[in-house]
Amino acid sequence: MLSRTADNLYWMGRYIERAENNARILDVAQRMSMMPSTPEAAATQWQSVVTISGGDETFPERHDVADEQSVLAFMALDADNPSSIYSSLKAARENCRGIRHAVPTEVWEAVNATWIDIRDMTEAQIRARGVQQFYDWVKERSSLFRGISVGTMLHDEAFHFTRLGTFIERGDSTARILDVKYHILLPQGEGVGGATDYYQWAALLRSVSAFRNYRSLYGAEVVPLQVAELLILVEAMPRSIHHCQSEIVLHLDALAERYGQKHECHRLAGETHSRLKYGKIEQMFDQGLHEYLTDYVERNARLGAEIADNFLLNG
Amino acid sequence: MAQPGQPPRSVYQKVQRWLDASAPEDLERKRQEADTIFRRLGITFSVYTEGGDPERLIPFDVVPRIFGADEWSLLSSGAIQRVKAINAFIHDVYHDQEILKAGIVPTELVMQNDQFRPEMIGLDLPHNIYAHIIGIDMVRTGENDFYVLEDNARTPSGVAYMLENREVMMRLFPELFAGHRVAPVETYPAELRRTLRSIAPASATTPTIAVLTPGIYNSAYFEHAYIADEMSVELVEGQDLFVDKGHVFMRTPQGPRQVDVIYRRLDDDFLDPLAFRPDSALGVPGLMSAYRAGNVNIINAVGTGIADDKAIYIYMPEIIRFYLGEEPILNNVPTYDCRKDDERAYVLENLSDLVVKEVHGSGGYGMLVGPAATKDELDKFTNLIKAHPEAYIAQPTLSLSTCPTFVENGIAPRHVDLRPFILSGEDVRVVPGGLTRVALREGSLVVNSSQGGGTKDTWVLEA
Repeated sequence: MLSRTADNLYWMGRYIERAENNARILDVAQRMSMMPSTPEAAATQWQSVVTISGGDETFPERHDVADEQSVLAFMALDADNPSSIYSSLKAARENCRGIRHAVPTEVWEAVNATWIDIRDMTEAQIRARGVQQFYDWVKERSSLFRGISVGTMLHDEAFHFTRLGTFIERGDSTARILDVKYHILLPQGEGVGGATDYYQWAALLRSVSAFRNYRSLYGAEVVPLQVAELLILVEAMPRSIHHCQSEIVLHLDALAERYGQKHECHRLAGETHSRLKYGKIEQMFDQGLHEYLTDYVERNARLGAEIADNFLLNG
Repeated sequence: MAQPGQPPRSVYQKVQRWLDASAPEDLERKRQEADTIFRRLGITFSVYTEGGDPERLIPFDVVPRIFGADEWSLLSSGAIQRVKAINAFIHDVYHDQEILKAGIVPTELVMQNDQFRPEMIGLDLPHNIYAHIIGIDMVRTGENDFYVLEDNARTPSGVAYMLENREVMMRLFPELFAGHRVAPVETYPAELRRTLRSIAPASATTPTIAVLTPGIYNSAYFEHAYIADEMSVELVEGQDLFVDKGHVFMRTPQGPRQVDVIYRRLDDDFLDPLAFRPDSALGVPGLMSAYRAGNVNIINAVGTGIADDKAIYIYMPEIIRFYLGEEPILNNVPTYDCRKDDERAYVLENLSDLVVKEVHGSGGYGMLVGPAATKDELDKFTNLIKAHPEAYIAQPTLSLSTCPTFVENGIAPRHVDLRPFILSGEDVRVVPGGLTRVALREGSLVVNSSQGGGTKDTWVLEA
């Protein structure tokens, strides 16, 4: 296999996952905006979506204020925003196109058909059908991709690189989604633990499809510490950071066995994994949740760079 | 296939009966089915300059083009003869230049040709083969009269269509195959792989082969990927390769892996920015030095363009006689060289009867078909030839054979050409078949896909 092929597979996995996570981030903002709120708080809320997706520099070039209208336009179909859902699905398709002979036809067809659908989509159509349906569509296409790649690809090196892309991206995204809470101001006069606070945590759980999981593990009461624990430390939770890190280690180890050598990325991934495996949520809250998440995002980015360096084309 | 005004030949009898018995709606349905298959397989060619959907299908005609065993035997021995002469010629011009010394081919035509690569002088290649894959474009004008239009000795394309057209025909019309003994073309990828292995550097015991493509935006990308896949070798871009201490490596997640044979699908100019165009981002810096050191073999060799230049073409019968001491089996089309005063005068006088081509043109662009041209077009070419006589050659229009073809108003004769693919390594071989292109417009002689041409499956019947 070529390093470029590995690179294409990895980024195909990342971009599909990124499209899904953007839909989830928009979804959580949409849900939170349904709560009564002050104009300043609402603006912060929508601005946070831009911040999470790394659009703080490009967004102001195109829009004056961050509101539902402008953020959806920016995050859904804006071809000039490199991290929009449109751009992510396009990039996934371009990466897949370069390696279509290295993956089963079904993988290519799923990725290509997704691109063809969004290529012709307009904002008016999304609004007419309801934004919720659009988010669901993105999530479904991502699920389809995951199902087809797990179900049809040979579970060899190509598969490992695809899955590495998926979980590096997802770990990053879960950390960022959790961090939304940090960016959002509670309405004046309402403190932590109030109705809005509760609703925001619940919306966050729903956006990562974890509401039911939360209740079955912790019961009906939504406690911030437990939400954070579920999304960071509970390995069984498929979108938790711990789960992502376990998958990363699994696939990196499989590559090490296949190639007969380990790299810096193996050490780094193992180190992060240990912290998650043996860490306690109370410690993380003591350290500061935002600080913890920022540190993780940074470590994860470093891991991505090491993987690129050790295996991929730009290495 | 028929001569003008003649009924189809006997090899077509069964196909003719099948056509007579098939309703046009059924054929149309099958034709659409073929399109669906081609699109699903991604068998498209890309036209990025003209707007519209850049990924287009080449129209596929459901009526096969058929050769009998005797006809094929004549045609293929003619092709092999030509290919042997071409390789001898290229070896000679980069070594002793006997043919120039003998005055058979004018020295300046070779030495001042853009396609002559001084980097190749004195370089010895395995089996003295330069053009390992040649696609010879030919047409037929009579029972045993085949004319070569062009020898594509650089990076001929179209072989994927030969293979996929057959695949689609077998899926759509299995009953037709049951009634004929059609020689298989499916062995081509294996034959190609064998050829590539046979010309690897002697030091490579189990040679690593790679297909080098300019990338996904190249019009023939699908074919590059297809061939690499069929041979189970890596499809690489320039960025995947690097040269270290005179050897070529490809970048893999496991580390560098040495490459011994590169089947390149990009032009000489782009191969190595250190040797040729410095602005080429598609090539591999240092590739030529590794090549000259004999550590990697490049297919086709650098500098083979000297053999398929339209100005050299004129001398091909002489080239065959010079190296092989044989009479050419395939004819050359009489060609007027506009650089020569008397020939240019003749061309300008008879423009409306001639086909005019640019010496360095390809793809049917920059071409004048005299009998079909308007007065404006004739005037335009008169001026062009007067201004740049060296850039043009002219040929008489041949009365090309036709082949029954399914068009809007049913089955009708359309002009066809043929490009068989000849492989040279340890030995020289032709897979029984080729790419048949058909001019779908009534009366048209231009078969290029960029000019409204289509393709057909090409059958060689076994004796």
